[in-house]
Amino acid sequence: MISDQAGLYIHIPFCLSKCGYCSYYSIVSPQFIDEFVKAVDREMAFYTDTFHDFDTIYLGGGTPSLLSASQIDTLLNAAHKNFTIDHQAEITMEVNPGDVSVEHFQSLRRLGINRLNIGVQSFDDPLLKFLGRRHTAKEAVEAIDAARIAGFDNIGMDFIYGVHGQTIKTWKQTLAKALSFSPEHLSCYQLSLDKKTSLFRQYKKDKLHLPSENEALDFFLATSQTLTDAGYIHYEVSNFAHSNSLISRHNTKYWRHTPYLGLGPAAHSFLDSRRWWNRAAANTYLKNISEGKKPVEKSEKLSREQLALEALFLGMRTKDGINLEQYKSCFGCDLLAGKRQVIDKLMRSNLVELKDGCLCPTLAGMAVADSLALI
Amino acid sequence: MQNQSPPNHWRAFFNTLMENIRNFSIIAHIDHGKSTLADRLIQFTGVCNERNFQDQMLDNMDIERERGITIKSNAISLPYRAKDGKEYILNLIDTPGHVDFSYEVSRSLASCEGVLLLIDAAQGVQAQTLANLYLAMEHNLEIIPIINKIDLPSADVDRVLEEIDSELGLDPDTHIKCSAKEGIGIEEILEAIVERIPPPTGDTSNPLAALIFDAKYDAYRGTIIHCRVFEGSVKAGDIIRFMYNNSTYKVEEVGHFLLQRAKREKLSAGDVGYIIAGVKTVSDVRTGDTITLQDRPCGQPLPGFKEVKPVVFASIYPIASDDYQDLADSLEKYKLNDASFIYEKDSSAALGQGFRCGFLGLLHLDIVQERLEREFDLSIILSVPSVCYRFTLRDKKVIYVDNPTHYPDPSEIDKGEEPYIRASMMLPERYLGTVMKLCMEKRGVNSNLNYTSPGRAELSYEMPLAEVIFDFYDRFKSVTQGYGSFDYDIIDYRESTLVLMDILVNGEKVDALSQIVHRERARARALNACDRLKDEIPRQMYKIAIQGAIGGEIIARSTISAFRKDVTAKCYGGDITRKRKLLEKQKAGKKRMKMIGSVSIPQSAFLAVLKSDND
Repeated sequence: MISDQAGLYIHIPFCLSKCGYCSYYSIVSPQFIDEFVKAVDREMAFYTDTFHDFDTIYLGGGTPSLLSASQIDTLLNAAHKNFTIDHQAEITMEVNPGDVSVEHFQSLRRLGINRLNIGVQSFDDPLLKFLGRRHTAKEAVEAIDAARIAGFDNIGMDFIYGVHGQTIKTWKQTLAKALSFSPEHLSCYQLSLDKKTSLFRQYKKDKLHLPSENEALDFFLATSQTLTDAGYIHYEVSNFAHSNSLISRHNTKYWRHTPYLGLGPAAHSFLDSRRWWNRAAANTYLKNISEGKKPVEKSEKLSREQLALEALFLGMRTKDGINLEQYKSCFGCDLLAGKRQVIDKLMRSNLVELKDGCLCPTLAGMAVADSLALI
Repeated sequence: MQNQSPPNHWRAFFNTLMENIRNFSIIAHIDHGKSTLADRLIQFTGVCNERNFQDQMLDNMDIERERGITIKSNAISLPYRAKDGKEYILNLIDTPGHVDFSYEVSRSLASCEGVLLLIDAAQGVQAQTLANLYLAMEHNLEIIPIINKIDLPSADVDRVLEEIDSELGLDPDTHIKCSAKEGIGIEEILEAIVERIPPPTGDTSNPLAALIFDAKYDAYRGTIIHCRVFEGSVKAGDIIRFMYNNSTYKVEEVGHFLLQRAKREKLSAGDVGYIIAGVKTVSDVRTGDTITLQDRPCGQPLPGFKEVKPVVFASIYPIASDDYQDLADSLEKYKLNDASFIYEKDSSAALGQGFRCGFLGLLHLDIVQERLEREFDLSIILSVPSVCYRFTLRDKKVIYVDNPTHYPDPSEIDKGEEPYIRASMMLPERYLGTVMKLCMEKRGVNSNLNYTSPGRAELSYEMPLAEVIFDFYDRFKSVTQGYGSFDYDIIDYRESTLVLMDILVNGEKVDALSQIVHRERARARALNACDRLKDEIPRQMYKIAIQGAIGGEIIARSTISAFRKDVTAKCYGGDITRKRKLLEKQKAGKKRMKMIGSVSIPQSAFLAVLKSDND
């Protein structure tokens, strides 16, 4: 059951190196970590009036595993001090293989982290190197083993597919290897290149091959097939959980317009049809906080139409789809009645289906979720 | 526009004798520098100062400036003190430059005594140079050849001089060299206008005879009639009569064209100027008509009048049906300023309520569409254009059909006929083969060939109008590499085996895409339309079948494959705003498409079906 309690996201903007595909904000100078941790504590204080209860915390980045146990402790303590954190809260931390040992995992567990998301990306070393990852496949295996030994029973792994040089066959080998660890959760992202990334620049110089639309679909279908055959639920375009209870509760909030508070540089927050986001540059972020100002770069109030559009494209990304009654009561328009002809056509084309009052994408539909949102 | 009084030193504007007036036009191949030369003449004579000067002074519409073409005629009076010490008024009449508007051009030229024939020093004599020269000769105008762009490194004046002699048959010694861009030779040109172009003739004491060469709509004053007075004079308070329909109006104001309108006491024989007479819309005025006085009419109208009739018809629909009333209002306003545009109510099963419209040609249609969108902020769709067909039914009733939707029941048709034209083409001999092939492909018959000068041919064909308006002109220009000139006259209706070709999108007939075509051409047209639509309709989430059909029989088809994968991999915090903005943009783009059944069809598709693959 997904509660309506808010989610807390903390963006840890530090990385030891930049990955070629990543456009997320990070800085490569970890000496500011202490200052940063204190700043996040102060940032929380701005929101004690607007947010109260959280039932998920997500430490993302960047590379949260660059933080020491005591720095994590400071962050989580700050959260408990400023807000009410549900005693059954899902508390996730992103981990880079190679940064962590059994001991470190044990301390993380003691601090209350109960879910790990390990950035494995691939079990193929040349591919990891190509992506600019610091770690090797061996280190990834060691990290997973260490996490298990430390007692983590909710482990997610991140993978990237559709990479230059990768075939469906080698991708399936990586998936098989992943499954051998029985992870509770898997995120498999098709490589997409933001214009700001170094891989994109290579691609523009024709040095890279990216999958064609049909190849990309083949990757997508193979991923879904392999993982559902292994008993996973394909609950969002790129996300798979071993059971309903293991679905990422935090990420689900993003897709359902549940309130969330994002702290740290570039983090986004959402509450009552307003979305705002922080300044991306760490120094401006720190400077704002030290001056007692919210480091917010921009805030937007979403109109009903904008919320409806978001609900549509986010809903079409998830297997549960769009609850038609809810959609109607929120946005005052009957999706079925308004778009009957198109929806009929989509149903006949096996892209969407009606299930328990919800308009849900089929697997083929999920692959074109962006277009489905434009009906 | 506001009235303005000229500065005192422009004495030339008052009580000018007819012998001190020169009426002229500039004619040229496209891009040979017509607008730039006009700008320089305007600057040199001091009508405008640096402050209110801008490029292409005479092209008032954005669309004219952007495309670098002239659509509406325009006029301006330039005061000039010549070297002989006398003051002159030089009336420059600017003309449009496209075959759709050739009648307007001919009326503008009829208002002049001479022309500047502008030739690019690097490009030399080109198709329109010739076509325009012939037009000017028809009106017995004095022709002053001007070699422009002599400052260009690639300028080859000697070669151009040879061409003036051999191709144009003009005396090369009469030329003037100039660079409009650099302002070289401008005074010489002005002197030549004074010395060589004859002053107007006519008698102010005769009954009024004034030729209408254009009309513009002014929101405050109604129609501003642009005219050249040949005989007599006209002043405020006179009752004028349009000889075409004998309607009468009381003159409110007359004047000259400076940069803006400048009120005068009267216009007399030889003058170029305007008349405001409470005429509500420009449609009440016919270009080429003669204005005379009610109480003292002239014996007969000035020669050359013909009523311009639309030859291409298409329906306009709003993309959003809520915009119907807006479209209706906009058409009404648009019509005020475009006498050759006609429209009436129409409706389509696929596109809803709209209007059936008539145009002079495809460029005219294109311009109307663009102006409606630009000036009235409308998103519209045009159906596939058609000519007007004539059917004789079994009960001997004769009907005219310019809209494929009104195609009669085939079992009741006794005889179908389509309009034919005589196409006149001038082209260098080396293109003769390809042009004849093109004409034959377009069902051309009764060809006629003459060699006007060595290496240059005059070719004529009789062709169905439908073949000519649909991409003939573009292809003609392309196969002659711009060296061919083309003009046409409608001659008559001729019997033809006609069929109605429908287009089905996902099994649904889209009536706005239907065309009436010659039976033998139907399959090729249908295949072409299907291919074109395949390129124009964006891929959607499901397969789209496009079919061409005659009656129930499918004669062509193409398929647009479905989208298979477009979803973004990651969608968390900040990705959501980014993605939403992208989708909002795509959604806005989709608003410019028409949903027909479950398929979004873009505006461009409706005109694209007419273009052939040979472009």
